[in-house]
Amino acid sequence: MTDMPVGERQPIAPPSDDTGILGWARKNLFSSWGNGLTTIVLIVAMVWILSGFLEWALFTANFTASTGSECRGGGACWALIREKFRYIFFGSFPYEQHWRPLFAVIAMLAMLVLSADRRMWNWRLLVIWGVGSFITFLLMFGQLHIPLSLMLFVALAGGTIGLMMRSAVADPTERSAYYALIVIGLVGLVLRIFGVLPSWSLAIAPLSYVETSLWGGLPVTLILATYGLLFAFPYGILLALGRRSNLPLVKGLCVGFIELIRGVPLISLLIMASVMLPLFLPSGTTIDKFLRAQVAVILFAGAYIAEVIRGGLQSLPKGQFEAADAMGLNYPQKTLLIILPQALRVVIPPLINTFIGFFKDTSLVLIIGIFDFLNTANQALVDPNWAGFPGEVYLFAAFVYFIFCYSMSRYSKYLEVELNKGTRR
Amino acid sequence: MAVETLGSAPRKTRVAPWNDPVIRGWVFQIVVVGLVGLLAWYLVSNTMENLARQKIASGFHYLEREAGFEIGDTMIEYSPASTYARAIWVGILNTLRVAVLGIILATILGTLIGIGRLSPNWLLSRICEWYVEAFRNVPLLLWLFLFYKLISEAFPGPRQAISMFWNSVFLSNRGVYFPVPTADPIHAWMGIAFLIGIAGAFFINRWAKQRQARTGQPFPILSSSLGIIIGLPLVVWLAGGAPSQMSWPELKGFNFVGGTVIQPEFTALLVGLVLYTSAFVAEIVRSGILALHKGQSEAAGALGLSRGQAMRLVLLPQALRVIVPPMTSQYLNITKNSSLAIAIGYPDLVASVNVTINQTGQAIENVLIIMAAYLSVSLSISAFMNWYNKRIALRER
Repeated sequence: MTDMPVGERQPIAPPSDDTGILGWARKNLFSSWGNGLTTIVLIVAMVWILSGFLEWALFTANFTASTGSECRGGGACWALIREKFRYIFFGSFPYEQHWRPLFAVIAMLAMLVLSADRRMWNWRLLVIWGVGSFITFLLMFGQLHIPLSLMLFVALAGGTIGLMMRSAVADPTERSAYYALIVIGLVGLVLRIFGVLPSWSLAIAPLSYVETSLWGGLPVTLILATYGLLFAFPYGILLALGRRSNLPLVKGLCVGFIELIRGVPLISLLIMASVMLPLFLPSGTTIDKFLRAQVAVILFAGAYIAEVIRGGLQSLPKGQFEAADAMGLNYPQKTLLIILPQALRVVIPPLINTFIGFFKDTSLVLIIGIFDFLNTANQALVDPNWAGFPGEVYLFAAFVYFIFCYSMSRYSKYLEVELNKGTRR
Repeated sequence: MAVETLGSAPRKTRVAPWNDPVIRGWVFQIVVVGLVGLLAWYLVSNTMENLARQKIASGFHYLEREAGFEIGDTMIEYSPASTYARAIWVGILNTLRVAVLGIILATILGTLIGIGRLSPNWLLSRICEWYVEAFRNVPLLLWLFLFYKLISEAFPGPRQAISMFWNSVFLSNRGVYFPVPTADPIHAWMGIAFLIGIAGAFFINRWAKQRQARTGQPFPILSSSLGIIIGLPLVVWLAGGAPSQMSWPELKGFNFVGGTVIQPEFTALLVGLVLYTSAFVAEIVRSGILALHKGQSEAAGALGLSRGQAMRLVLLPQALRVIVPPMTSQYLNITKNSSLAIAIGYPDLVASVNVTINQTGQAIENVLIIMAAYLSVSLSISAFMNWYNKRIALRER
């Protein structure tokens, strides 16, 4: 062999028991005595468990029974799911109107999936969320009454935020549009308060009205988690900035609030929202139970988001802050143009993990009697005709939750790699 | 502004008060605090008005009244004739019991799963990975419901209870029954001996470390510590005449009498909390071990340390630095998540306080009690973990 000129030397193929399936198994399953023993024990245990499970879930399962008593004695009673799945997904929403929550769920999923696409991370996000939210709530409520004062307030807020975010880069037309929005909003609100403008609201009423107490199932879980996080986001940013601020009073307030909320369980906040919120408001005003739960979720989420964002703020090198100061930017400019764009980019993956957490935690609202997905699954068990099959219903619900949470966590992992491409060597 | 002559001593430039950052800061703070105060005043005044209208007297006097409700699972003596304060105290103890047990078991199980995920055995690491994914992607509440329903519906009633270990342990849908030693005054002394044993082990440990530093002689710390911690109570027990009277569970009528019982609510809550949290703990442990450089274990081997010594003296102390901070928040999560007990009927703090709210209408005082209790537990756990973290932190010069 050594006689061969260097250029003609051929690599020898590896031994046959080192390649292919056998080689792989030798390396990964039977590398040592202990390893081989572990593998064999695990295979035996898995075959035993899986065969038992498949026997129950597939071979002796009943898919077609029309009552629970027909199911008894055999394996899994999937007929129960077949019978109840519309209730589990949509709760007590009027039965013949189930297409509405179905399309609302589709709209929200489309909204989430589109927001996951990085090409949409600009002004398109605003359009997606505006249109998506409008469709979702129009379908769920059936009728929307948008009061004039709300529109004026949105105009004022939109103009102010636009001016703050874009004052440095906007051209004169865009800038005057923001000023116009602010003036319209401000003047309109003042006129409205003094009663010059009537209390008018824009009525969009193509469908029959369905009140929130009839909402249930997947749309409720999705709305509570999505809008909980959406509204908690800006106020979490404010809390995080407040916590990092040099002003002692502001810092103290923010630290106190964040630590108080993070120190107590969500259930205690939900109980507080259901028993104390009515006490806090002037007598005579009642708030919808659903809204109360939503408020509690927003309050809770804000404190957690604030901590995630604080991590992002702390990860920025000091030079960024100093450079912004040296450029003569004031605090809002420095924060909105230099600090937040960089800090938020870092925290997108952990924010998705927070969202997964809240998607799961919204199941706690069943304590105060809201019919989220887990609660409707629970209620499906109450039917005396179908009593005694908790395993099937919970496994089904667990499967649905798993699909949502697992795909989101995959997305967060992918994004973490994707966003770090620029800085990784 | 006029151009200063170069070289002149820097003098403090006067700025207009509305451009002075200090004054601006204070004005801003006063505005913020004022707005928050205004909001608080609005809420408080509404609350006062509403309370006056509903004729609810504020204050904590109701705590001394008779509670009048049953609690199924108590660690201390309690009856419906006891006060509300005692009912809430029972709830706090129940929360602490499930939280402490949950923290210990979830740490052990999570560490095993986390190490299993790094195993060279492909099958084992895949199984551990799917365990983690399955448990952390489904709400804890769903697991609790599932375990609770399985225990209460799949297990037979007391009369057909499954007996194990030669008729000493019984599994039924009312819980797990097992024998306990009959109460004896010697047990208290054994407890004291146990505490003395722990203190003794601590001092042996310190002395052994000093001796090793002085002479290089190692001392069998583990076996001597275990010996003194277990041996001392054993000696006390033997000296007290070795009382071995046991109380055995027996089926009388429709239920078991004697022995002791673990309630199904408690079992479901503990199992759910431990399985769910161990998935998160496993990820923390895995990332802690992965954060270590491979050279560390090789260097330990080159120094002649055994695998156990390398783990204990070189790898674990470094991995712990990464592991401890996120672990702290998992421990806090277990404590807070134990409040889900209310959904399956385990009488924890939130459950007792909730009944109290419904009976007395004292919403504000009771919510304050919940917050104070959870905050003090959370703060104690984080204080302890911060102390521990500081102890193991890298000492930089």
